[in-house]
Amino acid sequence: MLLISCPNCGPRDETEFHYGGQAHVAYPENPDALTDRQWAEYLFYRDNTKGAFAERWVHSTGCRQWFNMLRDTVSYDIQAIYKMGEPRPDANTTAATTSEGATK
Amino acid sequence: MAETATPANPETLRAARRSPASHLAPTFESGSVAGTVALKEIPFQTMVGVRVDRASDAGARLASVTGGLPAACGEVSGDERATTLWLGPDEFLVVAPESAHDSLGGDLVRALVEALGDDPGQVVDLSANRTTFELSGIRARDVLEKGCSLDLHPRAFRTGTALATEIGNIPAMLLKTGEDSFRIFPRASFADFLGRWLLDGMREFASPEVP
Repeated sequence: MLLISCPNCGPRDETEFHYGGQAHVAYPENPDALTDRQWAEYLFYRDNTKGAFAERWVHSTGCRQWFNMLRDTVSYDIQAIYKMGEPRPDANTTAATTSEGATK
Repeated sequence: MAETATPANPETLRAARRSPASHLAPTFESGSVAGTVALKEIPFQTMVGVRVDRASDAGARLASVTGGLPAACGEVSGDERATTLWLGPDEFLVVAPESAHDSLGGDLVRALVEALGDDPGQVVDLSANRTTFELSGIRARDVLEKGCSLDLHPRAFRTGTALATEIGNIPAMLLKTGEDSFRIFPRASFADFLGRWLLDGMREFASPEVP
């Protein structure tokens, strides 16, 4: 089980959290102008990164606040936890990210 | 929501109510081990959910009614008349005795609604949302640790703090009221499950210790 450090509550078990998918997927500036394919890509298509991946989590049985996490999808190493709206920090270079070079 | 229906006679209301774990009351009594660990339900406490920015004017007005709004995770403010638990950066739970409820002659909900006024935020009467269990005794922490992964050692979890967490895999608030006494606030629909879970955890302490 992951031990996740909630920015408000401190370290808690993974079972207290819910996953919110990929972070930094911006809402299109002008949705009306998108083709059906572009709209579908915005709604349904997400990166499938091997290595450091920025994702959203919510502390659902604690403070019920959302935050972003930079997690290595291979080693499950949590590299950074930062607020919603903050830019993605640089990933630490780990064996998992360099061996395949799959980070985006 | 301020207009809580008030019956002509509050006793009519009292007699009609059933608390979420009332059917377990005899089991709680027989399952408690005198001098070791005891479990009981404290039914019908008045609870009010408050959402407001602490730093705003409305936050200051609400704080004057509740006796302060806690600033960080774990903090509790107020006194025995009304205790305020921290649920989130802008979310609080005010817990007060049954008699504080407006339908029973109190004025807590109305006072909070008036303090908020028209400012952004909310004050919601949540008295029926949760019930209260009191787990006490020298083995209370051992019972809780069977279903709660927080560090409950006194050096980490101090008297007078409260945390929102999972107990027996269900979400609940845990308030430490004394060195060996805890109050647990599960939602009403989980009261039966959590009551039986805690009773199961207490069972081993009824038997003589195996040397």
